[in-house]
Amino acid sequence: MRLEVSERQTHSAMLDILAPLLAVGLAMILGGLMVLALGKSPMQALMVYFIEPLSDPWALQEMAVKASPLVMIAIGLAFCYRANLWNIGAEGQFILGGAMGGWIALLTHGMDAQSPFGTFWILPAMLMTGAIAGALYAMIPALLRVMLGVSEILTSLMLVYIAQLFLDYMVRGPWRDPKGFNFPVTVNFDPAATLPLLMHNGRLHLGVLFALLAALIASLIMHRSLFGFEVRLVGIAPRAARFAGFSEDRLTLIVFAISGALAGLAGISEVAGQIGQLQPVISPGYGFTAIIVAFLGRLSPFGMVLAGLMMALTYVGGEAAQVSMKLPSFLVSAFQGLVLMCVLAADRLIRLRVRLHWGPRP
Amino acid sequence: MTDTELTLNVDYTARAPVARVSLRGITKSFGDFLANDHIDLDLMDGEIHALLGENGAGKSTLVKIIYGLVEASAGSFCWLGEKTHLSSPQQARELGIGMVFQHFSLFDALSVAENIALALPESIGLDQIASLIQDVAQRYQIALEPDRPVWTMSAGERQRIEIARCLLQDPKLLILDEPTSVLTPQEAENLFETLLRLKQEGRAILYISHKLDEVQRLCDRATIMRQGRVVAQCNPKQENARSLAALMVGSQVEDIKSTAPSSNGQVRLRIDHLHMPKTEHGLALQDISLSVRAGEILGIAGIAGNGQAELIAALSGETKTSQADSIMIDDVPVGRLDITERRRLSAAFVPEERNGHAAAPEFLLSENAILSGHADGGLTRWMLLDFAGARRLARKVMARFDVRSAAKDPLAGSLSGGNLQKFVLGREILRKPNLLIIMQPTWGVDAAASMEIRKALLDLARDGASLVLISQDLDELFDLADRIAVLHAGHLSAAYQRSELSRDDVGLLMVGLKPGDHHAT
Repeated sequence: MRLEVSERQTHSAMLDILAPLLAVGLAMILGGLMVLALGKSPMQALMVYFIEPLSDPWALQEMAVKASPLVMIAIGLAFCYRANLWNIGAEGQFILGGAMGGWIALLTHGMDAQSPFGTFWILPAMLMTGAIAGALYAMIPALLRVMLGVSEILTSLMLVYIAQLFLDYMVRGPWRDPKGFNFPVTVNFDPAATLPLLMHNGRLHLGVLFALLAALIASLIMHRSLFGFEVRLVGIAPRAARFAGFSEDRLTLIVFAISGALAGLAGISEVAGQIGQLQPVISPGYGFTAIIVAFLGRLSPFGMVLAGLMMALTYVGGEAAQVSMKLPSFLVSAFQGLVLMCVLAADRLIRLRVRLHWGPRP
Repeated sequence: MTDTELTLNVDYTARAPVARVSLRGITKSFGDFLANDHIDLDLMDGEIHALLGENGAGKSTLVKIIYGLVEASAGSFCWLGEKTHLSSPQQARELGIGMVFQHFSLFDALSVAENIALALPESIGLDQIASLIQDVAQRYQIALEPDRPVWTMSAGERQRIEIARCLLQDPKLLILDEPTSVLTPQEAENLFETLLRLKQEGRAILYISHKLDEVQRLCDRATIMRQGRVVAQCNPKQENARSLAALMVGSQVEDIKSTAPSSNGQVRLRIDHLHMPKTEHGLALQDISLSVRAGEILGIAGIAGNGQAELIAALSGETKTSQADSIMIDDVPVGRLDITERRRLSAAFVPEERNGHAAAPEFLLSENAILSGHADGGLTRWMLLDFAGARRLARKVMARFDVRSAAKDPLAGSLSGGNLQKFVLGREILRKPNLLIIMQPTWGVDAAASMEIRKALLDLARDGASLVLISQDLDELFDLADRIAVLHAGHLSAAYQRSELSRDDVGLLMVGLKPGDHHAT
């Protein structure tokens, strides 16, 4: 028996659009089997995970809040991935952006609005610092790649753990709230250091707008600008890009900076909008889930908005399932992994034909 | 019916030998496209049969059917008059068909004997193979050293391995696909001798080429294909190159040759003691000096892999030189400038590889127009791309240079080689460059397109541009270039006036020898 894989002569545009949906459907079936193996009802799980949150206004807002960091990070990653560069360290850039932006909040803690400098600048400064910290952190793998030829995949991933441990140390040590009963958390941020809510009594904060704005601007850059053209060309035909006068090294630094800045901005938005203080863990793996969002959304900004909402749904539904069905929270990560596998497989399979031949090799 | 007619008839059937291979009504369709349309072809023992045709005429498909790589949709294949069904190259080889492909399939790191061993049954040991190679080498005067690693060998020597590998299987029919495209004139001469010897032994040879003079010299019969059909069969020795070309393209072909003597215009490009260090897979350029005047076409001959790729990269700015003034465009030192900055000095470049270098196959033609077009700034407005402008530009190139496609703005990869080459060249010519550096402009391009390309190059030179033409095709160089220099192992020879140089001289320079000293200027 042997497996024969060949390129398809044609592939339909219809399948191109349907592939991510088919992939999600397949992931749901496989996820259902996992639930069945845990001795629970797959149909009930389906309801709790994917249907009930959609009929609950609170859960819908929660979805938007969880989708916005995913979308922001994924948009940055898409620049890297289109240029054929594999930044998988967005989680670290997210954490460092949150930590350094949050540090500004700690430094200005208790500052009076009546003071000579006022407090209006604190929030913009936090956001700027978060974005810059993320960008600088992403420069490490980018520079290592450009100068020494080190694989950005390994370095960006390893830097995630360094960022996690850095935040953990700072929150348990220098940044700990002295009046916090020894809990490893910082003080609660002042109102001047907190992202305002979009609606009174709601969950949506300004970070949600950032994500939509990022999608809009990214779409313009990616599809209409010379820079977007450069990114796509370097990714798809690097020799032709050199012929066009585009430098791969320069581009590597730029896309990593964009990607790191967006992850850092997402990090500080999460800290200043959602959590309101620094704690040892500020991300349920947004930086990794965003990789799935990027591919599920076909690296297109609006596709990634939809994909971000879909992935946020798994978080919200996962929390509900943990409460009502006693399903383990790891099921969410497992399901997200299934989605990624199915999306990647679907993307290849619409271009390849796989045939199984029985009998000996001719 | 008269007696004489009857006698003739009988006589004919009595003497007519059975064809080694006889194709009847071979048809192959890919979707709606008919690559081969009812092809009849007889290949006789002891005959060298030419298969002529433009790119896309269906030659390759037909050859692949004969070699069992592609199955025909309809028609019959007879081997010595016996109907046979071929379904794999292995079966074709067992029958006695050998094929030498245009692109060699050899492992660089292995020796000659090891490469040949891979094609033979496992039971034959390496020492046995060495003696087999010696036998073949002696019989056909193919010089081969069994123990030499392939990476040290020239294209001509590699081709000999492929041929020896075929001959060891004692083929009754040998197919050669464009065999001289990578050879020096002297190497080609050796090949012809081998082929004539094989013919004398009574083997059938199918010879695919677009070089008409070779076909006329070597072949006994020619089958000419156009658009998937056989349009003529003839004895090439009774035709002339022009009539054969006309049969191939279906219309009269003009000779495109440079007529203007080289001008005394200003020096547009000056290369002054250019050195480039050795790259990972490349070779070092050593002390290259050259100047090209306005209105002049300078040809650079040489076998592939002697520094052509490195030279065009250094000239275009894809790799920068260490010294700014080792390359000057219109007296501006450009060695440290990148390709975009050099384009702004009115230089244009067409590298050898169309797919993936001069054009991105997965991009539309309009997007490919941006590749070099963005340098002049006409296609960007406020950092944003003017896609409508790019489409207009692509359409202009397509109309002016007869780029044929069913779509208005096709993917570059969907165009045939010749059409894409016309686009890539047209894109650069429409920028009205003062300096055009171009490599292998008509490689794999059909006769009609190649004629248009040559005409465009001559027009550009006539309008006062300087051209550097890097090519392996001697016909092209002798037709177009005013002066010719030869690149060998990273060294560039002096540039000779075309009239002072014979093909044999170029052949000698190509392998690093010097022609008679009296030629040098």
